[in-house]
Amino acid sequence: MRDVEQKMKERAAELLRSGEAARVVGWKKGEFYFDPSPATFETEEELGEFVYNGFCGSNLSKYLIAVSKKPGKTAIFLKPCDTYSFNELVKEHRVAREKVYVIGIECQGKLDIDKIRAKGVTGVMEAEEAGDKVEVTSLYGKTSIAREEILLEKCLCCKGKKHMVADETIILHEMPETKNNRFSGVEKLERMTPDERFAFWKAELSKCIRCNACRNVCPACSCVKCVFDNPASGIAAKANDTEFEEQMFHIIRAFHVAGRCTDCGECSRVCPQHIPLHLLNRKFIKDMDTLYGDFQAGETAEGKTPLTEYTEGDAEPGEAVKPEGQHA
Amino acid sequence: MQDVTTNAHTPNIVAFCCNWCSYAGADLAGSSRLSYPANVKIIRVPCSCRVNPMFVLKAFQRGADGVILCGCHPGDCHYVTGNYYTRRRMALLFSFLNYLGIEKERTRVEWVSAAEGARFSAVMNDFVKTVAALGENKRLTDLRCKEDPENA
Amino acid sequence: MLKIGKEKLNELYAAISAGAPLWLPVKKAGEVNYGLYEAGADVSLETLKTVKSPKDLFFPQSETMMRFKTEGKKIEILDVRSEKEPFVLFGVKACDFRAFDVLDRVFLDEPVDTYYQARREAATIVTLACSRPEESCFCKVFGIDATAPGGDITTWLDENFLYWQANTEKGEKLTERLRGLFAEGGESEVETQRAATKEIIARLPFSGLDLSRFKPENLNELFDLPVWQSLSEACLGCGACTFVCPTCQCFDIRDFKTNDGIIRYRCWDSCMYSDFTQMAAANSRTTQMQRYRQRFMHKLVYYPARYDGVYSCVGCGRCVNKCPQHLNIVKVIRTIGGEKHD
Repeated sequence: MRDVEQKMKERAAELLRSGEAARVVGWKKGEFYFDPSPATFETEEELGEFVYNGFCGSNLSKYLIAVSKKPGKTAIFLKPCDTYSFNELVKEHRVAREKVYVIGIECQGKLDIDKIRAKGVTGVMEAEEAGDKVEVTSLYGKTSIAREEILLEKCLCCKGKKHMVADETIILHEMPETKNNRFSGVEKLERMTPDERFAFWKAELSKCIRCNACRNVCPACSCVKCVFDNPASGIAAKANDTEFEEQMFHIIRAFHVAGRCTDCGECSRVCPQHIPLHLLNRKFIKDMDTLYGDFQAGETAEGKTPLTEYTEGDAEPGEAVKPEGQHA
Repeated sequence: MQDVTTNAHTPNIVAFCCNWCSYAGADLAGSSRLSYPANVKIIRVPCSCRVNPMFVLKAFQRGADGVILCGCHPGDCHYVTGNYYTRRRMALLFSFLNYLGIEKERTRVEWVSAAEGARFSAVMNDFVKTVAALGENKRLTDLRCKEDPENA
Repeated sequence: MLKIGKEKLNELYAAISAGAPLWLPVKKAGEVNYGLYEAGADVSLETLKTVKSPKDLFFPQSETMMRFKTEGKKIEILDVRSEKEPFVLFGVKACDFRAFDVLDRVFLDEPVDTYYQARREAATIVTLACSRPEESCFCKVFGIDATAPGGDITTWLDENFLYWQANTEKGEKLTERLRGLFAEGGESEVETQRAATKEIIARLPFSGLDLSRFKPENLNELFDLPVWQSLSEACLGCGACTFVCPTCQCFDIRDFKTNDGIIRYRCWDSCMYSDFTQMAAANSRTTQMQRYRQRFMHKLVYYPARYDGVYSCVGCGRCVNKCPQHLNIVKVIRTIGGEKHD
């Protein structure tokens, strides 16, 4: 990864020096190895803090809504999965394609610091990547963990290593594909009885603290004013006063991004209570695939989504909800 | 709501009816003296596709035990294609509610034309019966909107 | 000092909860938060940082303040406050305990917040000393001793025993009721643990943060620093930091129309939100940079200016762990205040 980081840094410096890009969006280093933050670099000097490692899991594309409106061209580093979100933003006219220079970058799957902590390794000070292992140094000792055990949820069901859009790419190593069924979690829930499903979601959603991190990080949640922030909507709420509000927020949010959600997994990554929000979005994706044919949001920056088109022979709502065990 | 004679739960039903077909169908049911339960509260909408998923949730929040959407038959939409979009949206929404564990019988979409007064009455009678059998909606409800016995 | 075998902790919880509702760190759906003890609860005292802090027990995320009942043109106001039943809050860490002091200064100052006060008075607080601090901890910076957290009762936990020491009358009363469960002793074990923990705390990466620049007289200078722009640029404007924070105390008051009246409730608010303090027009802070600056200026400058120089951060490190983009108060303190070199 160090060589990829080096190459990215060099390329960013070139783009800034030549004036091809007025700024570069990437990651800058944090207090530790595992806490880089998204950042905009406008000078070569600022690039001193540039970093790219296994913990750069965040999807940078949403920042373009604001950043790309500035004068000049913005260069941005996007991992394969982030390019889907970029396409969606272009499609929805939230980002002007010609204002952005997309550099597709190598990704070997990104890591989840919380999964290291969940293994009981607390006080993590350093996490060095070494091949398929991560060497963790904590206040209480050293340990070595297999990369695959601490991959982010979104990387366990990687959509593929191909960039959907890129003006150039920086790929120095082979990127092996992962072959996991991303709907297995949804299927497991579908096999449960409604009572079990209700109990599952009640326990999960009751953890929600309504911090809105899932919404604010979501590249598809790009409304200028969210309905939940708008007092005139009648449903604005800052805290969940009842269970209903937990349900309401998550149902409406998932529905609103249905057909536009690329399954980038940011919502689950950022949830402070680790609610498996991807299981909500993936249900819509799975249903749309089953009922209206396979569709992947963000594959292109054009075309209709399952919810903006129809056929005369579509399934009736009553047929779409099948009895337990043989869900749509 | 409690039925005094049978002590069975009388469900609150919200029916979103499109102005051009189903609402006229309800009218026809009335003028043909075909009965449908009085606990079906009709909300007239210009087209079934006017119904935002939020309306469905709000109905449940405010105490509905079942929500039914009625529109023109596919192909007969006054606005040509509106109900085709309704069909997709509601198929996904109802499947999703079921996925969250909310009984699938509480939601329904039916196509009722202006000429189908008898069908409107039959659909409503059947839906009320189905929802009544499920009992009170407890899974998608806002406790704040339930009558508070202390303050009643 | 008293002690009780670790294997008897469930007995202890049951005994406490037989006399008063007991709140302690409980694991539900994979996450540990303060919850009500019931038989079979998955209690997790070892968890250093619950996701939400225990401030919920005194200042709940959402609470009804009053109700209005409408009948025609008549409006009746209903007082929903009731006597608060005494309860026990167990397992509070030193940072979270100090946070109650930060909240007290706000809510118990004139005019007294009676909702908060009633809960505060009803609580017996049993604290738990830390023995395995994490990299994101920096309570030492705020002069907190994580090994002697205080409260009505202080406890320490090692591999074999929970050590118990009452500090106040309330604490004595609870101890008296549970006396039969305890044995005497433990002073030397506690001292050994405290010394070892202090050693770890001394070498925590954030223990040397320098706060000296954050003082009321520097308010204008700090407010105008251009560095706020780059510090805040990745901020998503979500409320994760404020809602996991044990000292954030801003709230909003809203009305909810029920089917037969109105509920007036208050709920936590976040200065990160676009509609924070929105009145007739809009948020007075129009950019995310201003909102971001507000949060940290409040914690490190405005609050100390108002309340005897006390900072309204306790170094619990929750925001360090929970910010989706890894922005946090440590980065602010380090960038603006630097590091102490002693």
